[in-house]
Amino acid sequence: MTEKLQWAGEKFMREVEARSGARVSSCLQCHKCSSGCPIGPETDLLSSQAMRMIHLGMEEELLGSRGIWLCASCQTCSARCPMGIDVAGVMDVLRMMAVERKAALPDKARGRHFHRSFLGSVRRHGRVFELEMMAIYKLRSMDLFRDMDKAPKLMKKSKLPLLPNRSRSAGEVRKVFRNARKEEER
Amino acid sequence: MRYAFFPGCSMEATAWDFGKSARALFKALDIRLEEIPGWVCCGSTPAHSSSEGLALALPALNLQKAGAMGAPVMTACAACYSRLRAANHRIQNDPESRKRAEQLTEKPYDGGVAVHHILDVLVNHVGRDVISSRIKRPLRGLRIACYYGCLLSRPPGIVAYDDPEHPSCMDGLLELAGAETVQWPFKTECCGASLAITNNDVVNRLVHRILSMAALAGANCVAVACPLCQMNLDLRQDDARKAHGDFPTLPVLYVTQLLGIALGLSEKDVGLEALTVGADKLLAGAAR
Ligand code: SF4
Ligand code: SF4
Repeated sequence: MTEKLQWAGEKFMREVEARSGARVSSCLQCHKCSSGCPIGPETDLLSSQAMRMIHLGMEEELLGSRGIWLCASCQTCSARCPMGIDVAGVMDVLRMMAVERKAALPDKARGRHFHRSFLGSVRRHGRVFELEMMAIYKLRSMDLFRDMDKAPKLMKKSKLPLLPNRSRSAGEVRKVFRNARKEEER
Repeated sequence: MRYAFFPGCSMEATAWDFGKSARALFKALDIRLEEIPGWVCCGSTPAHSSSEGLALALPALNLQKAGAMGAPVMTACAACYSRLRAANHRIQNDPESRKRAEQLTEKPYDGGVAVHHILDVLVNHVGRDVISSRIKRPLRGLRIACYYGCLLSRPPGIVAYDDPEHPSCMDGLLELAGAETVQWPFKTECCGASLAITNNDVVNRLVHRILSMAALAGANCVAVACPLCQMNLDLRQDDARKAHGDFPTLPVLYVTQLLGIALGLSEKDVGLEALTVGADKLLAGAAR
C-alpha cells in the first residue's frame, strides 16, 4: 500500500519550492549553509533553521523573523549546500512573502525600507540616485542618525552627486515597473 | 576586441574611481569599451529581494540593448555582474521566466547575450602575455591581499570563471604587475554589502575581521573588484577599530587602479584621490 505523506506544513513548503525553484524538501540539516553565514552572531534565524521551519510549515515565525532581513544575499549558503539548494533564493522568496502577506515585521526589518527607497529611485530616474534614496530611507525607517558622518565624507570625495544621473531609458523602466505591478495584481 | 560596457549606478557615484580607472585601463590596453546607450539600474539586491519580475526585467532591458550592439557585455561591478548573469541563467533555463521578462519589457529576449566581469576579460580574453608586456612601473613593495568578496565567484553555475572557494585570478594579474600577493583565508568572506545602510554594526564587525586577517597574513594593502567591498573596507576602518579593537590601517584599492598604475597611468588617471585611506606612501616605493 502506498500512501502519500501529508502534514500541516506541506502547502507552505511546496509554495516556497515552486517560487524559488529550490528543493527545500531535500535539505538534510547538515548545517553547512549556516556555518558559513556571515550574519551568524546577529541573526535570530540561521539558514538551516529556516529550511527546517519551512518543512514544519512555521510560516508566521519565519515571515516575522529578523533574520530574513539581516541576510546579506552573499550566496555562501547556496554555493556550499551539498544538496544544491539555492538557500539565498529561498531567503528572497521569504522576504517577498513577508511583504505580500503583511507579516508583522520586526522593528529591525529596516531592509524593507531600504529596498523600497532604492527601487523608488530607480523607478523615477532609471538609475539609483543615492542622495535621494538615503534621505527617503532615513525618513521611512526613522533610523535618522546612523552613520551620519559618512555622507559628508563621501561628498568630499565627490562620491555623492547632488543631482540624479538620469537614464535616457527612464521611460522604459517606468513601463517595466507598471507592468510588474499589473502582473502582481493579477 | 570590443565590449558593450555596462557601468552600473555606483561607477558614476560612490565608485567613480572604479569606473574611471577601468576605462583608463582599457584605453591603455587598446580595447574598445562602448557604453550601452541608455543603460538602466540592474535592480541589485532590492529587486531580487522584492520582486521576481523586476529581478528579471531590469537586467533584461540592458541585455536587450547590448544585444542590439552586437558585442559581449563587460561590467566591472561585481553586483551588476551577478544580477545580469543570474537573469540570463533563469531566462535561458526556465521558459516561464523568459516569458515573464519578455512581457514586462515588451520585447523579445532569449538570455543569450554574453556577460563578462572585467577580471574574466583581463585574465581570459586579454591574457597574461599582453598584460605583462605592458607593465611599465612594477608594483614593487606591495604585498596585496586580494579580496574577491561574495559575488565574483558565487554561486558557481551562475558565475563561473574562477574557483568559488579559492579564487586566484586577481592574484595572478597583480603578480604579473610585480606585486606580491599573500595567502589568506578570507578571500571570499562577505563584507556585509548593503547591510552598511541598515545594520552598520554587522558590517563593522565583518570589516574588522577581514582587515585584521589581511594584516595578520602580512598584507600592506587590499585589492578589490566590487564597489560595495571597497566602500565598506575603506570608509569603515575607524568605526571597525572603535567597535572591535585595533588593527593596522590598510589602503583598499580597486584592481583596476593597481593595474593602471603598473601600466604607467598617473594617480589622477585612476582616481587615487578618491580613497579614504590614501595610498601615496604605499606606492612611493613602486619604480617610476
Ligand atoms: S545569503 Fe544570507 S543566509 Fe545565505 S549565507 Fe549569506 S547572509 Fe547567510
Ligand atoms: S547546507 Fe543545504 S542540506 Fe545542509 S542544512 Fe543547509 S540547506 Fe540543508
